[in-house]
Amino acid sequence: MFERFAEFFLPPQRSTVAAEVDGLFHFIHISGFILFIGIVATIVYFAIKYRRKSEDEITPVISHNTRLEIAWSVIPTIMILIVFSWGFRGFLNVNTAPSDAFEINVTGVSWFWEFEYPDDGIMLTDELVVPVNQPIKLNMRSEDVIHSFFVPDFRIKKDVLPGRNTTTWFEATEVGESIMFCAEYCGTEHSAMDATIRVVSEEEYEEFLEEEAVDIEDMPLAELGELTFQQQGCQSCHSVDGTDMVGPSMQGLYQSERELDDGSTVTADEDYLRRSIVDPRAEVTAGYPNNMPTFYGDRLSDREIDALVTYIKELQ
Amino acid sequence: MADSGSRTLRIREFPIEENPPKNYLNHERGLMSWLFTLDHKRIGLMYLASIVIAFFLGGMLAVGLRTELWTPAGTFIDADTYNHIFTLHGVIMVFLFIIPSIPAALGNIFLPIMLGAKDVAFPRLNLASFWVYSLGAVFALYSIAHGGVDTGWTFYTPYSTETGSAVISMTLGAFIMGFSSIMTGVNFIATIHKMRSPGMSWGRMPLFLWSLYATSIIQVLATPVLGITLLLLVMERALGIGIFDPALGGDPVLYQHFFWFYSHPAVYIMIVPAFGIISELITTFSRKVIFGYWAIALSSLAIAFIGFLVWGHHMFVSGQSELSSVVFSFLTFFVGIPTGIKVLNWVTTLYRGSISLKTPMLYAMIFLILFTIGGVTGIMLGALSVNVHLHDTYYVVAHFHYVMMGGTVFAFLGGLHYWWPKIFGKMYNEFWAKVSAVILFIAFNVTFLPQFVMGSQGMPRRYFNYIEEFQVMHQISTVGSWMLGVGFIIMAIYLVHSLYKGEKAPSNPWGGRTLEWMTASPPIHHNFEHTPVIIHGPYDHHKPIREFRLGIAGSDNGHGHHTNGDGAHTEEVESGDQTGSR
Ligand code: HEC
Ligand code: HEM
Ligand SMILES: [Cu+2]
Ligand SMILES: [Cu+2]
Repeated sequence: MFERFAEFFLPPQRSTVAAEVDGLFHFIHISGFILFIGIVATIVYFAIKYRRKSEDEITPVISHNTRLEIAWSVIPTIMILIVFSWGFRGFLNVNTAPSDAFEINVTGVSWFWEFEYPDDGIMLTDELVVPVNQPIKLNMRSEDVIHSFFVPDFRIKKDVLPGRNTTTWFEATEVGESIMFCAEYCGTEHSAMDATIRVVSEEEYEEFLEEEAVDIEDMPLAELGELTFQQQGCQSCHSVDGTDMVGPSMQGLYQSERELDDGSTVTADEDYLRRSIVDPRAEVTAGYPNNMPTFYGDRLSDREIDALVTYIKELQ
Repeated sequence: MADSGSRTLRIREFPIEENPPKNYLNHERGLMSWLFTLDHKRIGLMYLASIVIAFFLGGMLAVGLRTELWTPAGTFIDADTYNHIFTLHGVIMVFLFIIPSIPAALGNIFLPIMLGAKDVAFPRLNLASFWVYSLGAVFALYSIAHGGVDTGWTFYTPYSTETGSAVISMTLGAFIMGFSSIMTGVNFIATIHKMRSPGMSWGRMPLFLWSLYATSIIQVLATPVLGITLLLLVMERALGIGIFDPALGGDPVLYQHFFWFYSHPAVYIMIVPAFGIISELITTFSRKVIFGYWAIALSSLAIAFIGFLVWGHHMFVSGQSELSSVVFSFLTFFVGIPTGIKVLNWVTTLYRGSISLKTPMLYAMIFLILFTIGGVTGIMLGALSVNVHLHDTYYVVAHFHYVMMGGTVFAFLGGLHYWWPKIFGKMYNEFWAKVSAVILFIAFNVTFLPQFVMGSQGMPRRYFNYIEEFQVMHQISTVGSWMLGVGFIIMAIYLVHSLYKGEKAPSNPWGGRTLEWMTASPPIHHNFEHTPVIIHGPYDHHKPIREFRLGIAGSDNGHGHHTNGDGAHTEEVESGDQTGSR
């Protein structure tokens, strides 16, 4: 019975801190509900019992009652101190990562998430893979505006700020997939800025590390381009199948005539593609917002930019 | 204020002239007589009309938002439009509707009358505040026409410094409206201190006035901070001065501190006047002395002061230091306690009363129910560990709608129905009024209860798209918003009908004891024919009503209007501070 009720209200508990948070959640709801029923019942009872029977009723003067007033000041104060200290304890747990936690760097970019495993040289976009029963500490940063890292199943949330690091941590208790949302409004695609957190067993995690650790240096350019396109979040603004998104589709772009917002036109040759990635604000395609990130020039290696251009050229 | 020593006044009862041919509505005619009026009642009425328009616009936008959320992906508008609409809805509801709603509209009309004064202390300032408010509204309209704004009503940086929308004109609009709010606050404080009629001691002031007094203090102290914040934002956007944007060397969390330093007290600007209305409604419709007069009066002030110390509870996950989060959480709970006590005072007042469930009282009871839900869920959000999970989800959206709409809007509607006969001199149809109150109550819960569930399940706010699990809850909520629309349409019909075809209202249809019921409906231009003299508390329903109609006898009262009508009697009272005589 209670489990059904709990499931109705809260997502599954998949982290070590979830149970404590939920305990307090139910405590407040249940005591609040009792208070609420008490108040509503009293109002209804009084409204019926003391309804006006004649127009010239005289009512008694009852202006205070010390005992009653002390009771209803002291009891709520006690309740509230309980709630405060319970919430305080949970908050410390949510905010204090164990010292053996495994660290992952998180970058929020409008409108995708990047996860970097610093020890293994792995970069993932909109997907985070972590081993079960292992504390994970996230060092988070934003490239542009404020975002917020929110995983309902883990009961964690922390804002991700530009120019400053914030951290949060979790230890997943079951194998499975959980959704992660951006919880701080960040513009057009805010509600699409989610990611999947895949919690896997120890063995699966080892396999994942091996698969990901392929040698980027030896990859063919077009393949590396495709990978980079996904990892750098290009696909959150550009489709590769002709669909119009925040930015123009990459399909058929190469060698087409582009109309710019200053009225001029250019041919999308190799050099134009390169300029569009490295310095996107210089030439803005007509009919689109001027909001493509400007940091790709610094962030990508020459080889990665070549790879992107090669990849885009092949999307005919 | 208390005279030093005391003076003897000759007083007598003044009979009330029912439905006088000349009243404040018709003693002068023409558009100019309204636009340049110095009469607080007319200014209040112009405010009332403005906020009704604002509420209508904001409400239409809300129904649009809810309708868009019928399906998980786009339903009939795109993401950018959705973002513009929720921002506009929030800005209109907060700055154009709810902040001026009770104080500037109902407060303006009734504060001087309830004090027994002819007008507010500074009638010209009062008119200026209305014009400044209108100017702010023009800026808001201009921004809508020039690209709109998509930042949310909170204008968080650095998004608001970087987005391509009309942020500058919109924030300037809010900045200007802030001045109007300050002007009203200053005026009310001065009026309450200086314009009380003889015998109106602090302890005999209706609780509605105590609540306006507390509100005014917050308006005067907090609004300048919003003004400065918005101005800094404009400077950063227009001149590139780095204050909040880290790209320019600023700090975005600083903006949030500044913003909430105003906006948390502002939620008390929104709710405290509602408390005042509820005290009036509960006492009049149960014909009882209020239980715990001073507890209610002073807790409003206490809330006003503690309210300044809790702004950080909006920022538990923002990256502010953990220590400050803990302190803010602790203080937050201490605003909860005086608020909870008020609810218990109101419920206790009903005990052994003579309760009549007329429409205004129905609204008061709806308020008690919905506000309790809003309050309990507020305690939930104040609890640190739970807040981490619930922050920026629909749980918060539901919570603040329970407080702002369930609390303030329903109290406002209660006040509007209570004072409608006084303001317009017409009665409305009681049956339809009750029907619409019940529809609104049910529809409100259908709209917002499911949002608590969605929010706890993890549905973030300000989301145009959502995952399919949430669709059922979203659809229930959307249906509720349509039902709300129906409830408000019924209300609009019977209220407009009342203006044209309503029965004439008597001067005191509900048997109230406060001064506004001791003058004609609608009141005459100067409110009273005489200077009222008060010898009882505002809720002394056990005293004969004629003892509430006293005024200074003789020709020295400055009005020169005498009636030696039937039943007029003269007696002598001590004027001066009579605290504690109730
Ligand atoms: C935040 C959304 C966003 C992201 C992320 C993004 N772009 Fe863009 N991009 C745009 C927009 C909008 C335009 C059109 C306006 C302009 O020309 O600047 C554009 C234009 C372009 C163009 C020129 C297209 C034309 O019509 O001429 C190319 C090429 C391009 N982007 C490639 C990329 C690549 C490669 C990436 C990833 C490394 C990427 N973009 C990431 C939004 C984005
Ligand atoms: C007619 C009934 C109402 C409905 C159906 C409604 C609906 C909504 C919806 C759907 C949102 C957007 C939620 C989100 O995406 O995060 C919203 C936000 C908001 N509403 Fe309402 N609302 C109503 C009345 C009110 C009232 C009366 C007020 C205040 C007086 C109010 C104040 C706000 C505020 C401040 C926001 C936040 C805007 C923002 O996120 O920037 N609403 N409302
Ligand atoms: Cu976001
Ligand atoms: Cu607050």
